[in-house]
Amino acid sequence: MTALAQFRRDTDYIEANLSLVAPFVDERLRVKTMNVTVENLTKAFGATPALHGVSLEIASGELIALVGPSGSGKTTLLRLIAGLDFPNSGRVLFGAEDASSKSVQERNVGFVFQNYALFKHMSVFENIAFGLRVRPRATRPSEASIRQRVMTLLDLVQLNGLEKRFPGQLSGGQRQRVAFARALAIEPGVLLLDEPFGALDAKVRKELRRWLREIHDRTGHTTVFVTHDQEEALELADRVVVMSQGRIEQVGSADDIYDNPATPFVFDFIGDSSALPVIVDKGSIALDDRILSIDAKGHADGPATLFFRPNHVRLAGQESGSIVGTVTGSRRHGDIRRLELEVGLARHRCEIDVPADSDVSRNGRVAIKPTDWRLFPRDS
Amino acid sequence: MSEQTLAASATMPPETWRAPTAEVSVVRLVLIGVAVLFIGVFLGFPLLVVFFEAFLNGVAKYFETFADSDTQHAILLTLLVAAIAVPANLIFGVAAAWAIAKYDFRGKALLITLIDLPFSVSPVIAGLIYVIMFGAQGYLGDWLKAHHIQIIFAIPGIVLATIFVTFPFVARELIPLMEEQGTQDEEAAISLGASGWQTFRRVTLPNVKWGLMYGVLLCNARAMGEFGAVAVVSGHIRGLTNTMPLHIEILYNDYQWVAAFAVASLLALLALVTLIVKTLLEWRFSDELANGPR
Amino acid sequence: MTAIAFGTWRKPSVIPGFGLTFGFLMVYLSLIVLIPIALLILRTTQLSWAEYWAIASNGRVVAALRLSFGAALIAAGINTLFGIIVAWVLVRYEFPGRRLVDAIVDLPFALPTAVAGIALTAIFAKNGWVGQYIEPLGIKVAYTSIGVVIALTFIGLPFVVRTLQPVIMEIERETEEAAATLGASRHQAIFRVVLPTLVPALLTGFVLALARGIGEYGSVVFIAGNLPYRTEIAPLLIVIRLTEFDYNGATAIATIMLAISFVMFLAINLIQVWARRRFGYV
Repeated sequence: MTALAQFRRDTDYIEANLSLVAPFVDERLRVKTMNVTVENLTKAFGATPALHGVSLEIASGELIALVGPSGSGKTTLLRLIAGLDFPNSGRVLFGAEDASSKSVQERNVGFVFQNYALFKHMSVFENIAFGLRVRPRATRPSEASIRQRVMTLLDLVQLNGLEKRFPGQLSGGQRQRVAFARALAIEPGVLLLDEPFGALDAKVRKELRRWLREIHDRTGHTTVFVTHDQEEALELADRVVVMSQGRIEQVGSADDIYDNPATPFVFDFIGDSSALPVIVDKGSIALDDRILSIDAKGHADGPATLFFRPNHVRLAGQESGSIVGTVTGSRRHGDIRRLELEVGLARHRCEIDVPADSDVSRNGRVAIKPTDWRLFPRDS
Repeated sequence: MSEQTLAASATMPPETWRAPTAEVSVVRLVLIGVAVLFIGVFLGFPLLVVFFEAFLNGVAKYFETFADSDTQHAILLTLLVAAIAVPANLIFGVAAAWAIAKYDFRGKALLITLIDLPFSVSPVIAGLIYVIMFGAQGYLGDWLKAHHIQIIFAIPGIVLATIFVTFPFVARELIPLMEEQGTQDEEAAISLGASGWQTFRRVTLPNVKWGLMYGVLLCNARAMGEFGAVAVVSGHIRGLTNTMPLHIEILYNDYQWVAAFAVASLLALLALVTLIVKTLLEWRFSDELANGPR
Repeated sequence: MTAIAFGTWRKPSVIPGFGLTFGFLMVYLSLIVLIPIALLILRTTQLSWAEYWAIASNGRVVAALRLSFGAALIAAGINTLFGIIVAWVLVRYEFPGRRLVDAIVDLPFALPTAVAGIALTAIFAKNGWVGQYIEPLGIKVAYTSIGVVIALTFIGLPFVVRTLQPVIMEIERETEEAAATLGASRHQAIFRVVLPTLVPALLTGFVLALARGIGEYGSVVFIAGNLPYRTEIAPLLIVIRLTEFDYNGATAIATIMLAISFVMFLAINLIQVWARRRFGYV
């Protein structure tokens, strides 16, 4: 698809859904949301630790992404908030209320499962109505108001007319939206989504991503979603929580996370980057035997890792103090060209972006200087 | 509140926590109790009764039963019938599985249904169809009589009826297993120059040997224990056409209670060994058996 | 060659042996199963409709068929009820002896029916293990239709359990968790979410147990007492007709039973087609 066609499609989509992106909140769907506090949660499955004392403040109405590689503990954290698992220590507060003694049924959370977990024997309508029908008689809405609420939700998730279908007769994206509507039906205080787009193909995924943002803006639910896709996290969330090995590495806005990674893990996990092992000695940095003209004042002496992004690099000519290497590969990357280099004596691999028309040949020598970089101490 | 008491109050002991997909322990205990009791009363109890009744008058009386020549003949006949019926259905099962699982052709589903047919036919009818074919008033009755061939009320009839009721066992175990394994291994072997027989012996057979054993095991248990179908074709001639299950009936009707149960205990023992080997196979080689309900 | 002769009927394959194995399969299947059954059905065509109807509507035949069908129906019902519990317990719970219980479920498949028959009779006869305690209370089991039901319960038990087990194993835990997050109590999750998804497997197991029960002979004849019109099952009546050399009578009853089997078989297939269409699985 050409860029122009893509642009046309995007604007068509936005126009068609103008009512959705309207800044005001839909009062029919507006619910009392709450803030969530996670205090020092620790969880182990048998002898395998999953979470090490995780604490997190989630503001009311916020859209938060938990992002990290598999095994980082993000889904465990989500399940602990929902009450689907118990923590070994620590607690979860909904508002000011300690939820530790509350069962999952009492917590009133909307949970969307990765594989949707729709009830296969129920129609779309009955799936969405389920949470209302199982309420005790005293608080159960009338049949008419159940019907009305389901129809409103079907409208919200744009599945009007499909209420009589069964889950087996829906596409992946449609199932996802039914799961979403089902979770919203119980007017949850918090919405928890486990890899909501994980099982969908790339195109549907992009559409639903925008759609989720719109729904969130319209309904104002406090929402936590888990994803392994950093792009999804950065694009969608108000704040991103980066997790690794059962710990929170960094919490911040997309800008924070991308521009000011707090740890080597975050720098490595979010966005493209290169990492070179260097030695800091009295304010100067050495890569193997060469001193680089990078000012490391204020950094502790000793081994460290130098991080920089491929686009934060300029070609340096033969001036002293630059990083010199051999080009081992070249790939076209959109409007730019990405080079793979082997630099230093130990042939460390790194990547840089250069203009698409630069005439850099394979095995040619280049000298580069990072224009923006970070230095993290390294255990030798 | 100090740091420590806060931490203590925040920790929820896992014992009080119940997974949302688990039942209350009382319900769980009741359900386990009902299941164990039901299985125990309906299945375990009758099995114990067989052995108890067999040894009711002591070990000596028990073994006296097997000194009787009619009993010995019944045991031998049962072994003979199984020794013919099981290999016959084994060869059929392997051929059927090869033809059905390794090739693609129309009408496969219907063919599998037809192979399963003997399972849905009453054993009495299984006997009856051969009486209609080979009996004195049967289609071939006069011809057989003219040539002095006796099938009904003789061993050939018993073998035929047994083959019928054990017909699907090996095939229905092998077909899904071999379908699951696909044809790539065989195609690879053929492309390397192996003949069809070499491919079967060296590639296919090792892949399905446990499934084959499983099928043979169940086939054998049924072959030795079949009652209804054999009862119809045998004629109950003592010392001639009596298999073990038929002999049990005769002893039972003669009020030879202990002897009936003594013979029954042998068959019950066979059932137990079958169950044990079957469980071991399922436990040890579950990956190499066909899935699904049996 | 077979492959050429049949043209597009079969996809070509490099694997040899189709002609040999398929030929053997068809000959063996025809000789052992298809031709004998076809000849049995053919035999009934020697009867006129009136004769056939006279046999089928005979009081003793009707009573026997009714008993076979009715007792099998009740036994399949009992097995369905307890089969759910047994299958659920075996899949979901860990307890000492679970493996033993799981193994013994298959006993009715392995234990010869005659052995089961005399054992059940020894338990329920007037001076039997259980009989001696319940007969004074006025509960007669042996030599009544209750005895028939008990024998058929024994025979049909594995069908429901073995049909349900893999289906319960395949239930995604997330489905039950979803019900819980939506506020459903465990009770509601079981009755509104779990059990309805088991319905196709339950029906299949029920029909399998029913079909087996209708045709069962060995385990029943010892405990039933075999009184005409009262505790005489249909397969036994076939045997009796044969011993009377009434081949026509035996054949007519047999074809009625074959027809019932066929209906059962059709029912199972319809259940599975329906389940696949509705749920996307069996």
